[in-house]
Amino acid sequence: MIPAAFEYLAPKTLPEALSYLQQHGEEAKILSGGHSLIPMLKLRLASPAYLIDINGIPGMEYIEESDGYLKIGALTRESALEDSALIRSNYPIIYDTAKMIADPQVRNLATVGGNLAHGDPANDHPATMLALGAQVVATGPNGKRTIPIDTFFVSLFETALDKSEILTELQIPIPQKGSGGVYLKLERKVGDFATAGVAAQVTVDQNGNCRSAGIGLTNAGAVPIRAKKAEDILAGKKVDAALIQQAAQLAEDAAEPSADLRGSVEYKKAMIKELTKRALTLAFDRAKGGL
Amino acid sequence: MPKHSINVTVNGEQHTTEVEPRLLLVHFLREALNLTGTHIGCDTSNCGACTVLLNGKSVKSCTVFAVQANGKQIKTIEGMANGAMHPLQEGFHQEHGLQCGYCTPGMIMRAHELLEKNPSPSEEEIRWGISGNLCRCTGYVNIVKAIQYAANKMKGGA
Repeated sequence: MIPAAFEYLAPKTLPEALSYLQQHGEEAKILSGGHSLIPMLKLRLASPAYLIDINGIPGMEYIEESDGYLKIGALTRESALEDSALIRSNYPIIYDTAKMIADPQVRNLATVGGNLAHGDPANDHPATMLALGAQVVATGPNGKRTIPIDTFFVSLFETALDKSEILTELQIPIPQKGSGGVYLKLERKVGDFATAGVAAQVTVDQNGNCRSAGIGLTNAGAVPIRAKKAEDILAGKKVDAALIQQAAQLAEDAAEPSADLRGSVEYKKAMIKELTKRALTLAFDRAKGGL
Repeated sequence: MPKHSINVTVNGEQHTTEVEPRLLLVHFLREALNLTGTHIGCDTSNCGACTVLLNGKSVKSCTVFAVQANGKQIKTIEGMANGAMHPLQEGFHQEHGLQCGYCTPGMIMRAHELLEKNPSPSEEEIRWGISGNLCRCTGYVNIVKAIQYAANKMKGGA
């Protein structure tokens, strides 16, 4: 499969990349890891006139904590998240997510920024970022702006990024003491999109009661879904199996999956419920372990 | 569309050439350099037959443009033997880690990075490590054994 011809631009700085975007806007696509874009080009589902390869821009791959946030550079590879000691120890939900994306070779190139900017509800980071209450930093001709994750996903393959902007960083509030998170993904085989996926991040108080919960759903609708009612029912409550069951039902109710080769609507909704139950149970265990 | 001049080092040998931006790395290797040991299997980044090392990292060369490799080091299956077979090649031979051999170059290049990062992988780590490579003949039992053989040999064992 051969992509349609395009002109290749390889900026060495962010301002240079932004000026190419301003020049070519609608006709250009940003190439980061390329593992969503290149398959689409090969299938000719997309045929942009220009590809702006941002991989040559230094300083966009980092994982660091500062100013109360975990900051992840947009070009950070999934494999770097998997290998990061900080992610493994303090952000197991992100480790869970990264290691379930595609396969090792794909993770060597695929980026966290691309995973979000692609706007695909079947991608895995969106649900996790919803659960974590992240924000997206977009850089455009007028500088940077911060977009809350809840307003980032607009519709299928459409995000709040303007044509003139590049996603440059993710910011995740550093979880308080007593927090724990999990991402669970049901897939038919390695490398497949989720049949269903659930991200859960919770914080408990000294007594082990739930202070707050974040729940995101993968491949459960046209956009990544926040299971708001499930989160609300947990907040401030003593956690037991019955409460988790109730929350899992509310997560199922929030899911609007469509039937495809991976299963029927009923099956996928049932899997969302089951995965939510399991993810919350494990997340509360991890949170209590962190007290 | 204008062609781009690229300079890549493949198996230690420098190549400076002009490529169309849409040329995929796997086609560049096979058709421009005649390095046909790198195979095209699914052409959709699922099967791993086209795996090569790009600056030491295993990637699926059907999903990278040749122009992206500019200034980088590439290693293919042809670069593995150095006089004698590489321990991974020897392992696949000794342990019958192949039947038709189509997936083998990709398996070996992927296993190469795996053993660089983790010289003593468990069976589970090997299976997880090659989860992006499909074999349709043998199943994976002998492939796992072949990688274990190489791991032992590379550590100086028998």
